[in-house]
Amino acid sequence: MLDIVNLHAGIDDGTAIRPILHGLDLSVKAGEVHAVMGPNGSGKSTLAQLLAGRDSYRVTAGSVQYLGRNLLELPPEERARAGIFLAFQYPVEIPGVANIYLLKAAVNAVRTHRGEAELDAIDILALVRDKLKFMGMDEALLYRAVNQGFSGGEKKRNEILQMALLEPKLAILDETDSGLDIDALKIVADGIAAMRSPQRAIILVTHYQRLLDYIVPDRVHVLAQGRIALSGGPELAQELERRGYGWVDTASATRVGATA
Amino acid sequence: MTTAELRLEDLIGRDYRQGFFTTLETDTVRRGLDEDVVRLISAKKNEPAFMCEWRLKAFRHWLTLAEPRWSSVTHPPIDYQAISYYSAPKSRKDGPQSLADVDPELLRTYEKLGVPLQERALLAGVAVDAVFDSVSVATTFKDKLAELGIVFCSFSEAVQEHPDLVRQYLGSVVPYTDNYFAALNSAVFSDGSFCYIPPGLRCPMELSTYFRINAMNTGQFERTLIVADRGSYVSYLEGCTAPMRDENQLHAAVVELVALDDAQIKYATVQNWYPGDKDGKGGIYNFVTKRGDCRGANSRISWTQVETGSAITWKYPSVILQGDDSVGEFRSVALTNHYQQADTGTKMIHLGRNTKSTIISKGIAAGHGHNAYRGLVRVARSAYGARNYTQCDSLLLGDTCAAHTFPYIEVKNPSARVEHEATTSRIGEDQLFYCQSRGLTPEDAVSMIVNGFCKDVFKELPMEFAVEAQKLLGVSLEGSIG
Repeated sequence: MLDIVNLHAGIDDGTAIRPILHGLDLSVKAGEVHAVMGPNGSGKSTLAQLLAGRDSYRVTAGSVQYLGRNLLELPPEERARAGIFLAFQYPVEIPGVANIYLLKAAVNAVRTHRGEAELDAIDILALVRDKLKFMGMDEALLYRAVNQGFSGGEKKRNEILQMALLEPKLAILDETDSGLDIDALKIVADGIAAMRSPQRAIILVTHYQRLLDYIVPDRVHVLAQGRIALSGGPELAQELERRGYGWVDTASATRVGATA
Repeated sequence: MTTAELRLEDLIGRDYRQGFFTTLETDTVRRGLDEDVVRLISAKKNEPAFMCEWRLKAFRHWLTLAEPRWSSVTHPPIDYQAISYYSAPKSRKDGPQSLADVDPELLRTYEKLGVPLQERALLAGVAVDAVFDSVSVATTFKDKLAELGIVFCSFSEAVQEHPDLVRQYLGSVVPYTDNYFAALNSAVFSDGSFCYIPPGLRCPMELSTYFRINAMNTGQFERTLIVADRGSYVSYLEGCTAPMRDENQLHAAVVELVALDDAQIKYATVQNWYPGDKDGKGGIYNFVTKRGDCRGANSRISWTQVETGSAITWKYPSVILQGDDSVGEFRSVALTNHYQQADTGTKMIHLGRNTKSTIISKGIAAGHGHNAYRGLVRVARSAYGARNYTQCDSLLLGDTCAAHTFPYIEVKNPSARVEHEATTSRIGEDQLFYCQSRGLTPEDAVSMIVNGFCKDVFKELPMEFAVEAQKLLGVSLEGSIG
């Protein structure tokens, strides 16, 4: 579904491009859940935002293919319509726009793209109420301005609610587990787990193992210095939890040595 | 500059979509202003002596005044002697008696604007008093309204047919001594609308006027007077749009509303005059005096305005709350883009007991726009139990625009309660990207954000008007975040 080959990219601060990713390779197939882990500053969020189309990031080399298309050519809204969803690490507040309006606009943008009829306010509400219950969210949050005055946990749940409504093909969750208490983490994790399906790929960007207790990934990748330093099965995440990221440098050196 | 900004700039930079001319012949008075011109205007309109005298008094007073400088807007000096103060479509002389007699060119112009004349008006339930270049050309439904005793006609007609009503109420809310532009208007006003609702009557349809400025160098001086007699109700809509033009055009209208005991007047405006091009060239100067007088007990006046056009807007629809228990409301959306400047707001003057007023102002600034809210809440010593609630919100799109709030509050009665709330929010790239990542185009995102911001005002507009207002904002603002 997603093929990233030798990706070099950086952030454009207006005058120069500060490099962040240095030759990243990643291949994700439908039905798989991949965890991308790594220390602060390793490029995890850059990768997530770049895939969603944030335009302050610049690709200097490499390629990203999504469902056989060059993803990098598409503006963010077309990526979203083609089935890519990014759950934000810091969901953005939009003053004056009721949450339900954004949900309706987003669902209809995606439906129109798929050639389906738009849903009216009543249909949307019925659909949303169902998911809302599952996410343990108060209906009042639908009528408040998007993310404005939401608690950290409410914001994250709201992201998962959007994901559940938009039914993406590729979901990228950027540190969705951070800032959640144990109960909220469980609800969010259940929400994500419910999205797991043979047609859908999920990339979980996270610091910690704890989300992976609820959603056992097929593959775990450790990002360090802008590239994938280590890849493995779910046991890799547990090893990281025990030994810390400092261990990655030596481990990756050994493994590279072993395969060479 | 990032590509998103570039794309946004393109969107903001869209040219005025209502820009076109009609090529009607016009009958224009020579440029300049003196007592002879004032007399000529009065004579051309075949006015009774009292009108001519009133105009002359206004003109003489205007000569003693200086153009006001206190507002936050700036513009090159206006040469009042370079303006032609009267123009009327020539076809007027033949006196079109029905739509069939109206110049087809004119009708086509209205069609382009989507004005619901002819059958469309009937279907929409709207009576249109169409003002084209200062003179009313066609008035629909007048007979139907007349059967009920409602007078709804052009101001000129009212002067001929109902001189006593005009004499009684003209200048009683906005005297010619009120301010520079009101004095000028009083001296030279060409036409406008007049409406009288007799006691106890609820006007069964929305009354509507479309204005259009269309003659080169012709200042527009409309005069509107609406009188709601005891226990009556009327809802009035005013919508405007103008053709593309290079030269600045002066517009100084006066609107007077009078509500007697238990009467209610709702006045809604959607203003979309040419704002100037994206470099700030051209565009209309809009210096308007709008005031309502809640003269009777339990009366109610509401102003709802959506201001998206004009290079300069200087406008403070106000309510004088004289009658005990009277209510004044002001709801406004003012948008400035490119180099537009708006200094707008309201005045609520509480004189009677237990008078209430509500002010909701939504200012949107984008591009290099300047948006100022200027509001006065005055509670006189006599206004026991007066209450005011003011909410004043600004939305900034991008980082080259500006919003200012100038609230003035004067309270002389200790039992009064006055509340003021204000917020400022900025819409930037983060919000835009968030919406895009949910499948919305930048245009849809901005339109959604702006309409969300304005919904408290839009919900007060009649349905068709609210739709028009939303479209206008969409066109004026698509994607203006950078």
